[in-house]
This record gives sequence, C-alpha cells and structure tokens, in this order.
Amino acid sequence: MSCELTQSVLHGYIDGELDAARAADFERHLISCPQCTSALEAQEALHSSIQQAALYERAPAPLRSKLRDQFYPPAPVSVVPVRVGLRSSNWRWLATAAIFLLAAILGWRLIPSLGRNRGETELASAIVDAHLRSLQPGHLVDVVSTDQHTVKPWFDGKVDFAPPVRDLAADGFPLQGGRLDVVKGHQVAVLVYGRRKHVINVFIWPATEPDTRLRSGSQLGYNWVDWRKGGMEICAVSDVSSSDLDALRKLFGE
Amino acid sequence: MGAGVEGKDLDVLDPQERARFEQLVLPHLDAAFNLARWILRGRNDAEDVAQEAMLRAFRFFRGFHGGDVRAWLLQIVRNSCYTWLEKNRPMELTTEFDEELYPQPGVTPESLAIAGDNRERLTRALEALPPRFREVLVLRELEGCSYKEIAAITSMPIGTVMSALARARHRLERALAPANAMRSREASREL
Repeated sequence: MSCELTQSVLHGYIDGELDAARAADFERHLISCPQCTSALEAQEALHSSIQQAALYERAPAPLRSKLRDQFYPPAPVSVVPVRVGLRSSNWRWLATAAIFLLAAILGWRLIPSLGRNRGETELASAIVDAHLRSLQPGHLVDVVSTDQHTVKPWFDGKVDFAPPVRDLAADGFPLQGGRLDVVKGHQVAVLVYGRRKHVINVFIWPATEPDTRLRSGSQLGYNWVDWRKGGMEICAVSDVSSSDLDALRKLFGE
Repeated sequence: MGAGVEGKDLDVLDPQERARFEQLVLPHLDAAFNLARWILRGRNDAEDVAQEAMLRAFRFFRGFHGGDVRAWLLQIVRNSCYTWLEKNRPMELTTEFDEELYPQPGVTPESLAIAGDNRERLTRALEALPPRFREVLVLRELEGCSYKEIAAITSMPIGTVMSALARARHRLERALAPANAMRSREASREL
C-alpha cells in the first residue's frame, strides 16, 4: 500500500506551505494513514539533523573585502583651494549650524528608539539562550505533567505570581510540564509545550511596563514572540514557524 | 578562474546606486556563497563563482526594480554556477541519471558510515545528490526560502517545487539509510 500524499502534500505540510484548509485536511488524513505518519516522523528527524549539523557556510572574509575594494575603491584625495572671504565664511557658519541642528533633531528622534531596539535584542538573546539551555539533557522540565491542574499549583510558593497555565493539547500544543528559570536576573515561570516533534518554551514573568504591541523576531534560527497581558509578560520561543508561535499566542488569549 | 571583470566595467552605477547596492545586495553575500558552495561542492570554486556573480549583480543592478533582492541575487548566483559547471565539469550536469548507476566517486555507504559526525555524513550525502536536487534542499533547509522564492530562483513552476523537494528529501534519506543501519550494527557489535 502506498499513499501518493507521502511524496507530495506531506512536504508542503512540513514546510508550512499549505493554506489552513489544506493543512487541516492533511492532519485529518494523517490520523488514518500510517505511511504518512511514519514519513512525517522520518522527515522531521531528517530536518532537525540537518539543522543541528550547521551546514550553512558563510562567505570567507577575504571575499568580502575583495568585493568592497572593487565596488567601493577609496576615493582619490583631491585638494580643493579654499577662498577665504566674508561671504564664504558666513555660508560655512550657516552650514555648521544647520548640521548641528540636524544632528540634534536626529539624536532626539532616534535615541529612544535605539534604546528600545537594544532592549529588544537583549531580551531576544536572553530568551534564546534560556531556550537553548533548556534543550540540554535533563534541563527541560522540573515538573513533568500534561495536566494544567498539576502544573499550576506546582508554581505556588516558588514564584510570587500566578502564571496562566493552559492545556492546549486539543489545539496541537500538548503541555509537557513546567520549570523555573532565570532570565536577565529575574525569576520566571516557564511552561513547556510540544508542537509535533518540537519544543516551545513559554516564559512568563510580571510585566514592568504597561501592555503594548507584541514584538517578535528570530535569532540563531529560533523564532520568538513577546506580548503583555493582564500584568504578565509572556514570551514564547521555539524552532517552529512563526505562524505556529502566533497560533499559540492567540490560544493564550493574547 | 579570474573574475574577468576590470574596474572600468564597474562605473555603471552612480554613487547613489552604489550605496543602494551596498545596502540591499551585499548583506546577502553569505547566501550567495553558501548556494555556490553547495552547487559546486567546494569552497574555492564557490569563492570565485560567488565573486563573479556579485560583479554581474553589480552590473545588472540598474535592471533590478524592487522586489525580493535575495531571490534576484541567488538567481544570478545559480546561473553563474551552472555556466561554470558546463565549462569545467560538464559531467556533473547530466543530472537525470540515477545515482545508483553512477555514484559520485568517493561516496559509498561504508564511507558514509565511518564518516565520524552527523555534519560530515550529511555533507557527503548531500554532495552525492545531483545538483538539481541539492539546490532545492539547500534553498529550503539552509536558506529558509519559501516555495515562491525557490520557484523564482530556479525558474521552476511553483507547483514543481514541492515535488522536487519531496524527491530530493527521499533521495537524501535513502542515501543516509544504509549508513545509519551500518552505524547501528557497528554500535551493537561494540557492545
């Protein structure tokens, strides 16, 4: 018995290229097709072994500098005679003033957003580090349970806030457990969810800023999304697609 | 192989366009090199061909009117790679052969099995695939391209990308399977 979907639609599914309706059709098909199910497992194992092997090869530095020299040769230095007079020095004074004014305006406009971006990058690095740490053998969960009524009380007395714990198995994100972690010096609660063969870490801590727009990005090949709700900051990170993370965020009730 | 392009050919862009090229295209140099490295199966050749492709991109940059700049560049890189292969290793382009009949020299299940780590085994197995299969795997798995981007880069209809990937992954799996089996046999013998 051979299923023709194994050599076609299965791959669109793995690559997240099917629209929602076709993906749902295929997930229904998976339940009754052992061939596609085992092919999916094999393909996901192959995918993660390719990712772990770090096969990407970056351009060597000499190539980069060779190209820069060819495209952007250092400009020949030319000496421009400067006429000194009242008119030109007036202009120069004006030009200098204009440049200072422009710099001041740019500085005023840019610096806060630079600060914000840096905060975002720091958060992303800290979260991705914590995610990688959790993937080391024996580090993923402190309390192993698929039951939200076991995981939620486990945090009592360990952190001074009540993280929202949801069981999302019916939506394709089975709860695997929880653990305590430290991110940027703060103690955080972590919920661990599965998504097919992948692990999603959901970090939760009391927000220090008001609810804002969500932030997301990717670092070292890991996607992350961060949002605040009801006084909690929630940050999910994983190697699943950003659309999967978005689905999880919506299930959390944003 | 020399790039064959002298500086004077590079006066085609005015300073503004040069700045735009630097901002838009140069950041994708890693992608260009990585694709060339995997199509050509070697870093030295890849360095030459990637350099030539960047120079061609520079000269053609005026013809680029927005859109997906990475796909645009990788299309040039890919064309440069195949031109280079035609000239230097035409045998590799008779790709519709079956690799069971014409295995790449040096790649056998035994050599895959003894190749120490995962990275080396995968590298050898990937390099044993015909270039047309290797490139879709590299674009998807390493470069993270969407099917639409792969279609644009390889001039394949978008519907063909999925089946090309399916066949490529199937072949890669098959290339790795005997090695995996042999490794587990080795492991059990050592016990």
